[in-house]
Amino acid sequence: MITLNDYLLVSGLLFAIGLAGVVLRRNIIIIFMCLEMMLSAANLSLVAFSRFNTVNGLPDYNGQMLVFFIITVAAAEVAVGLAIIIALFRARRTVHVDDIDAMKH
Amino acid sequence: MPSVLFYIFAAVMLGFGLLVVVLRNPVSNALALAVSFLGLAALFVSLNAFFIGIIQILVYAGAVMVLFLFIVMLLDIKAEQRRKLNMPAVAGGVLLVVAFSIQLISVLANFEPGKRRINEVPLDLPAAAAARVASGAPAASINATLNAGSLPDVNLVGETLFTKYNFHLQVIGVLLLVATVGVIVISRREDKNAPAAES
Repeated sequence: MITLNDYLLVSGLLFAIGLAGVVLRRNIIIIFMCLEMMLSAANLSLVAFSRFNTVNGLPDYNGQMLVFFIITVAAAEVAVGLAIIIALFRARRTVHVDDIDAMKH
Repeated sequence: MPSVLFYIFAAVMLGFGLLVVVLRNPVSNALALAVSFLGLAALFVSLNAFFIGIIQILVYAGAVMVLFLFIVMLLDIKAEQRRKLNMPAVAGGVLLVVAFSIQLISVLANFEPGKRRINEVPLDLPAAAAARVASGAPAASINATLNAGSLPDVNLVGETLFTKYNFHLQVIGVLLLVATVGVIVISRREDKNAPAAES
């Protein structure tokens, strides 16, 4: 049978994959997708803790509420972030983060 | 849920998550991310979080992925050209991820409460219904469903959301409104020739 540690390990590995994408990829849209993946990995560990720490025989719904709010905020974040990417693409004609170095010089 | 299903869906989630990092074409990345989120939603369902699983599919695999695909096609981004890799940055990134994974495994190896199996913490629906009656929770239909032996997940989420977390829900509503206005302001095309009064 599956233990809590199995879920936490899978969640941590998904987080690590997202982290690798954020650090290694140079396309800003892919970086954004990997950020979403890291948020979802955190959600998985929250739901796993909620299920394994039962309150009166039910899952702890406080944890699932936090997941609900994280998903809502993430959806708002995606909308704003993609709007920023569009504005950036209009100004610079690129989505490659190495080409966006105006603050460096 | 049988453990073989857990391993299948975890493998789907991690495998397609890896494809998101590896593939070069942004459209393939977005589709791989959608499949990865489907596997994640199946894991949510395996944890009796039916509402969260459905929301994951509707919001992430549905709305967010369509938004990503829309932006990729709108900007007409071609597959990335292979550029010369910045080797110290790549080495640093790989080192960071490997260090994180090692730390994760060592923490989990010593995490005793995490070694409980899922059938050692079963859901006790009649006891939950009795506790709800004792605490005077109003919704009788939830108690009836609990006594009938099925988990009314959506009802319980809704009850918690609209009673205990009512204020937070309204704050989130304001946040969504502000985000909507912000998106319109940010993505509006700035026309420098137009008179200020018309903009």
